[in-house]
Amino acid sequence: MARLIRMDGSGHTTLAEWTAADEQAVEAAVSAFRAQLDAGYYAVVTEGEGHARQVDELPMDAELVILRRPIAGG
Amino acid sequence: MSAEALPETAGVYWRPRVDADRLARRGRVWTLTTVAHTIPYLIASGVLFWLEPLSAPVGAILLAHAWAIPELYAKRGANVLRRRPRAADGPERTAIGLLGDLVGHDARALHARTGLVLERGALGVWLVGEGGAVLVAPGGRRAFCWCVHVEDRSLPSADRIAHLLLALRTDEAGFATVANLAFSGAPRRVRRRLPPAMRPALDAAVAAGH
Repeated sequence: MARLIRMDGSGHTTLAEWTAADEQAVEAAVSAFRAQLDAGYYAVVTEGEGHARQVDELPMDAELVILRRPIAGG
Repeated sequence: MSAEALPETAGVYWRPRVDADRLARRGRVWTLTTVAHTIPYLIASGVLFWLEPLSAPVGAILLAHAWAIPELYAKRGANVLRRRPRAADGPERTAIGLLGDLVGHDARALHARTGLVLERGALGVWLVGEGGAVLVAPGGRRAFCWCVHVEDRSLPSADRIAHLLLALRTDEAGFATVANLAFSGAPRRVRRRLPPAMRPALDAAVAAGH
């Protein structure tokens, strides 16, 4: 089952879980994903050790999508 | 690492994007600047002593300045890896679990011992901390210390590292462009000013950089 998680003060929070076959779960995950992007989070898909990709649409085939806050210098 | 540009680079549009050549040049300029700050004190000390040996105490003060300036820069570099206040145990444990999923066994073990995550990149070997990162350039003879952090003080320490790690993996050059350079110089100068528990992580990064 794929997961959408947000790194936050609790360590991380699971916002949605879905499988491609479950349309309702996918819809809920997409909705949660967009809400978090609107709130200023960035979404990242890990692609094995040393690799990550930023995404603007929820990738249905990803196992784990992580939401992170922006970083800044200083 | 991905070739996609880190979105945070838009916030520092005036900075040229970091690459290996630009980084090497910045390192040389950093060293020259440090020398330029130091040499006048050394010359003034020597000239004073030559003109009037009784001015030796003043010369000693100037020499102390010449010594202190590079030391302060190196201290500033080491401070990028300084640990921040802990969150509660529960969130810290949860965050460490996620960070552990993102890295391999060796990096996980190193983090448990030192609080730092080692990550190999195209620009060199990175040590990622909670509020900054150190890049050991290929060859292991120069370290670049970067101040960079996530804007959320409520995050557990491992989540702060995970934020930086994911940004680094998304766009290494963009990560170095967004971050502020705090120091560049020999890794041993940074090592001396690190807490002893963190030194093995820098040793590992230097070894991996060879």
